[in-house]
Amino acid sequence: MITLLAVERIKLATTQAAWWCTAIAVVASLGFAALFVGFAGDDFALTVGSSQAGATFGRTVLLVLGVLVVTTEYHWGTARTTFQAVPSRAPVLLAKATVVGILAAVVGLAVGFGSLGLAMLLEPGAELALDGAADWRAVAGQGPVYLLTAVLGVGIGLLLRNTALGLAVALVWTQLVEGLVVLIPTIGDDIYVWLPFFAASQFVGSDVGSPALGLGELPLGPLGYGAYFAGICLLLLAAGVWTAVRRDA
Amino acid sequence: MIEARGLTKRYGKTTAVDDLSFDVAAGRVTGFLGPNGAGKSTTMRMILGLDNPTAGRVTINGKRYHELHHPLRTVGALLDAKWVHPNRSARAHLNWMAKSNQIAERRVDEVLDIVGLTSVAGKRAGGFSLGMSQRLGIAAALLGDPEVLLFDEPVNGLDPEGILWIRKFMHRLADEGRTVFVSSHLLSEMALTATELVVIGRGKLISQSSTADFVARASENTVKVRSPQNDRLRDALEQASAELTAAEDGLIVSGMDSAKIGEIAAENGLVLHELSPQQGSLEQAFMQITGDSVEYHTGIEAEVAQVLEPTAR
Repeated sequence: MITLLAVERIKLATTQAAWWCTAIAVVASLGFAALFVGFAGDDFALTVGSSQAGATFGRTVLLVLGVLVVTTEYHWGTARTTFQAVPSRAPVLLAKATVVGILAAVVGLAVGFGSLGLAMLLEPGAELALDGAADWRAVAGQGPVYLLTAVLGVGIGLLLRNTALGLAVALVWTQLVEGLVVLIPTIGDDIYVWLPFFAASQFVGSDVGSPALGLGELPLGPLGYGAYFAGICLLLLAAGVWTAVRRDA
Repeated sequence: MIEARGLTKRYGKTTAVDDLSFDVAAGRVTGFLGPNGAGKSTTMRMILGLDNPTAGRVTINGKRYHELHHPLRTVGALLDAKWVHPNRSARAHLNWMAKSNQIAERRVDEVLDIVGLTSVAGKRAGGFSLGMSQRLGIAAALLGDPEVLLFDEPVNGLDPEGILWIRKFMHRLADEGRTVFVSSHLLSEMALTATELVVIGRGKLISQSSTADFVARASENTVKVRSPQNDRLRDALEQASAELTAAEDGLIVSGMDSAKIGEIAAENGLVLHELSPQQGSLEQAFMQITGDSVEYHTGIEAEVAQVLEPTAR
């Protein structure tokens, strides 16, 4: 397994996708956070939670990276070369998910603490000390959320195998579906509170928009939502690995 | 040593490989011959465990591919030279493969040197010409110093220089005592490279024999005759019920040996300028044997013959 992790690390580090996605994730997230804090105005109470407003940007980029690392392997045929070198597919794919996940976790932590640092820099007077579990979850929680998001991307990539299709599904889901479901009359709210990225945002507690939607009592607490999100991501990874093992490469 | 037994692969209703059994002996070059779409690549993917057979099994030295420990050290394969990430350098591509089978890193430099890619090892593989990609693919196949090598259509699309290089390379590998299994639809190429032939058509085994036997069997009793009285010779031979094909400057006779043709000519007082038993080309042998196995055969000729037959009687 150590060998497989090393192999996947070489593969990830020797193409440009990982570097680009990392750079975009960090720059876009911190950039948005800076704009949010900078234009918040005096009547907006800046908190640890709202300093993380830009983190969803980076999260989406890491979802894209997760999809890309798999679908490009199928596109260029290196998936076959990989299975030829290591015929037991499940360990290879889990190693891949682990390596991408670790990179994503590092990016997530950088975004989390970076956003907080920026907020402190731009608004020295605000209450931004990390007091209690909720504050820590909001900042350090970006690590596991990014990790799981990238793993979810790997699962989607394995199920769909096609770059265009994979990216379309990932982006339409995160950018449109999750936002529009809430508009469905009567049942919209009930579905919305079970959507994966809503759950992820509840876990870190940075979902700045949702209080305005008047969702009322939520079915799960932050930790429950975290576990729920993790469950969905790991389930999709498992489904992806299962199909890859069974199908012809 | 590769053994296939009852190997079958179906995609829905299409049967790509149909109950295929053959052996690839150790220490020589075995050609895997068949028209395009005959199931060669599918068979090779099944040997490497990439595709799962619908039925049957294929083993390498008695083991299924999945059972091999560090398979690159036993089997090297070049199935498609383009199976490389275009943004990764040649060296990086070989590095991860080496790492996966715990092959020493200096072996990467060795194989790059063997195929002559040392000077471009750091360049991105996406910028390689087909010939260079092919060399990189061969370097990858040689990485684990394997005793069994699989090549799928290795000369496809190469320029004459590249073809010559690959051909020499195959011989060198066989001379080193390795088992080489190489597929092609180019028969002339196989005649130059392979000593043994596994011939398939429409996924079925057509023959397994030495290349020499295959050619001899298919080209029995073909004789070329040339005569200044070509038309009279044709009539005489047709009366003796020989099968004739018009050649450039004479006739190709099958189903009759040269002695008999000479006698017929003498009986009719015909002058012969040439009477030569033909060493049939592999191309002809192949067409003759796989004739009705060609996948996209229109079948019109056969249908016409069937329709006409009753009236002819």
